[in-house]
Amino acid sequence: MAALRNDDAALTAGTDPVPAVRRRRRIGWGYFGRRALMSLESFLVTLVIGFIVFSLVPSDPAQSLARAQSVTPEQMADLRAQLGLDQSIVVRFFHFLRNVLTGNFGYSWEYRQSVGSLIGSAIGPTLLLMGTATLISVALGLWLGVRAGWKPGSKFDRFWTGTAVTLWSVPTFWLGMMLLVVFSIGVGPIPSLFPAGGMSDPTVDGHGIAHILDVAHHLVLPCLTLVAVTFAQNLMIMRSSLVDELGNAYLTTARAKGLRDAEVRQRHAVPNAMLPAITVIFLQVGGLVGGAIVTETVFSWPGLGLLVYNGIKIPDLPLLEGTFVIFSGSVIVFNLIADLLYRVLDPRVQG
Amino acid sequence: MSAAAIEVPGPADVLEARNLRVTFSSRRSAAPARAVDDVNLALGRAEIIALIGESGCGKSTLARALVGLVKPQGGQVISQGAPLKYSKAALRQHRRSVQLVLQDPAGALNPRHTVYDLVAEGPRLHGLTGNLYERVCTALTQAGLRPPEQFLARYPHQLSGGQQQRVVIAGALALEPSVLVADEPVSSLDASARGEVLRLLIDLRDTLGLSALVVSHDLGLAWNIADRVAVMYLGRIVELGTVEEVLLRPQHPYTRALLSILPGRRSAQTLTLLQGEAPDPAAIPGGCRFHPRCPLYAEKADDPRAQWCRERDPQVLPALSDSHLVACHFAASGAPDNPTAPPASAVGA
Repeated sequence: MAALRNDDAALTAGTDPVPAVRRRRRIGWGYFGRRALMSLESFLVTLVIGFIVFSLVPSDPAQSLARAQSVTPEQMADLRAQLGLDQSIVVRFFHFLRNVLTGNFGYSWEYRQSVGSLIGSAIGPTLLLMGTATLISVALGLWLGVRAGWKPGSKFDRFWTGTAVTLWSVPTFWLGMMLLVVFSIGVGPIPSLFPAGGMSDPTVDGHGIAHILDVAHHLVLPCLTLVAVTFAQNLMIMRSSLVDELGNAYLTTARAKGLRDAEVRQRHAVPNAMLPAITVIFLQVGGLVGGAIVTETVFSWPGLGLLVYNGIKIPDLPLLEGTFVIFSGSVIVFNLIADLLYRVLDPRVQG
Repeated sequence: MSAAAIEVPGPADVLEARNLRVTFSSRRSAAPARAVDDVNLALGRAEIIALIGESGCGKSTLARALVGLVKPQGGQVISQGAPLKYSKAALRQHRRSVQLVLQDPAGALNPRHTVYDLVAEGPRLHGLTGNLYERVCTALTQAGLRPPEQFLARYPHQLSGGQQQRVVIAGALALEPSVLVADEPVSSLDASARGEVLRLLIDLRDTLGLSALVVSHDLGLAWNIADRVAVMYLGRIVELGTVEEVLLRPQHPYTRALLSILPGRRSAQTLTLLQGEAPDPAAIPGGCRFHPRCPLYAEKADDPRAQWCRERDPQVLPALSDSHLVACHFAASGAPDNPTAPPASAVGA
C-alpha cells in the first residue's frame, strides 16, 4: 500500500524536469480579438431584436399606468409625451441605443426609481439564489453523470437518469407550488418547515448570523426547485460524453499500463468528457442572471426575475430594456468565456 | 531488458497461455460465448508469433487475456515462469513486463496529452521517475522517433498515423517490457507506415530481445515479421508452427482456405471459399468445430474418418515450440486406424 501511495505521489507531484514541454497552450490575441468582435456583433443584433419585440408588446403602458383612474384624453396625451411614447419608433430606438452606451436607462415608470438602482438592488438576491442553485446543480449533476456514465445500464444509472429526466420534464412553477404546499403550508403530518416567500423575515434582526440563517432558511425551497429542474441537463451531458469516451482505445491503453479503474476514470475519461460539459455549463451560468423568472415569482424572491415579471405587466419599457441588456450581455459574455476556455483545455482546436 | 537477454539459453518462455478459457455471458442467450476455448501458446524470448484468424475468432480476447485485461474462466497465464495472480499488485507487475499495443493509434493516445506525458505515464505509474526525461527520450529513440526532443511537446493530432503508432510503442517501451502484445498494430495505417512499424517490431526483437505476439487477420503480415504462426478458429488454435511450415505447407484445411484466397496464389491453386459465416462462439458445433464449413470434410464425407469430424473434438494443441502442430482428424497421420492416437499430431517434426 505504501508503495502504491508513493506511485501516486510521484504522479501528482509533477517532478518533471521539463515542465516547459508539458503545457504549451495559449489563446492567442488575434483569436481573442476576432471572437470578441463576434460577440459584440451578436450583442448588437440581440439589442435590435429586443427593442423590436418590446415595441410590439400589445398593451399600452400609459393605459396601464393610469390604471382605472378616470383620465382625460389631454392628461393621457401628456403622460404619453412624458414617457416619450409620442415619438417615432426610430427616434425611440436611438434613445435606446444611447441608453445602452451610457448605461443609463432612466427611470422606471412603475417604480419611479432609476432603473440602475432597481437592478443594483435586485441583482444581489438573484446571484445568491442562482449561484447557489447552479453550484449545487452542477456539482450534483456532474457527480451523478460520472457515476452513471462509467457503468451505463447499471441500476445506479437507470435510477438517476430516470429521476433526473422526470424532474426535468416537470414544469418549474408546478414543482415550486407543490413544494410550497407541502413544506411551507404543510400537508397532513408535515408541519410548516420553510417560509412561503421573500428573502428574509422582517421580524428577524437584519444583521449578523441570525440574518444569514434567516436568508438561508428562505433560500431552501426556491433553490431546491431550481436544482431539481436543472440538474438533469448536467447529468445527461456528463453521462453521454463519458459514454462516448468509454469506447476509446486510450482507456484500454491506460489500463494495460497498469492504471486501476478509478485512476483510468479520473485521469483520462473524466477530464476528456468534461470538455463538452463545460460549454453547456457556461451557457447555463450566463443564463443564471435572468433564468429564474418563474421561480422568483412563485417564491416572491426579490431578484431580477421578479423585477422583470412586474415590469412586463405594465410594460415598463425602461426597466425591461435595462434588464434585457443585462441578461443578453451576460449570456454572450459567458459564451465567449466558454469558447476561450475550451480552446485552452482542448489542444485539438488550437488550429 | 537488455541485449544480454538474448543470450539467455534454453526455452525460457516469457509469456504462456496454458489451457486458457475466456467466456462471456450475455443476458439474452443462455449459453455463454466461448471466446477463447482452451488455448495453449508459449511465446519465447526474442520471438515474434503471429496470431491469425477471422474477426470474431477470439484472437483479440486471447491478446487481452495475456495482458491481464480479461480474467480467464479457466487455465492460466504464465508470466515469467509463474502463474499470473489477479491481485492489483500482481497485475501491475505483470503489465510492466507485458505491454499492449492497439490497432488504432489515434484512439489509443489520449488526445489531450503531449507525447511526453503519453510516454511518461507508464513509468510514472510504476514509480520509475528517477530519470524520467532520459527514459522518455530513450523510448522515443528506440521507437524510431528521432530526435526525440522534437516530439515531446506535440499532441497526437499533430503526428502522422505511423508516428502515432510509434508513440504508442514508445509508451510501451518506456516500461522496459519483455513482451509486446500487439492487436492488429498496422491495420489502420497506410501501406508505407505499415512497413515501417513492422520493421520496427523486428528491430526491437533483434536489438532489445523483445518478444511480440502480433494479432492479425493478414497472412502477408505474418509472412513478413513472424517467427512462428498460430492460426485460430472459433476460440481455439488449429495450427501452429514456424512461418514456413504454416504458410508454405499448411496442413489444416482452414489454413489452406485462408491461404488460397491470397491474391498471388489464385492461379497456382484452386480457390477455396469457406461456406457461410464463422459460427457463433456461443454455439460452437460439436465434434471438430470446423467441420460444418470444412472443404475437406465435405469432400471426404464417405471416408470413415469423417465420422470423427462430426463426433470428436480434435485434441487441444500443446504449446510445443519446435513442432508443426495441426488439430485436424485428416491431417493426423495414421489417426483413422488407431482410435487411441492423439488426433492432434506433429506433422513432419
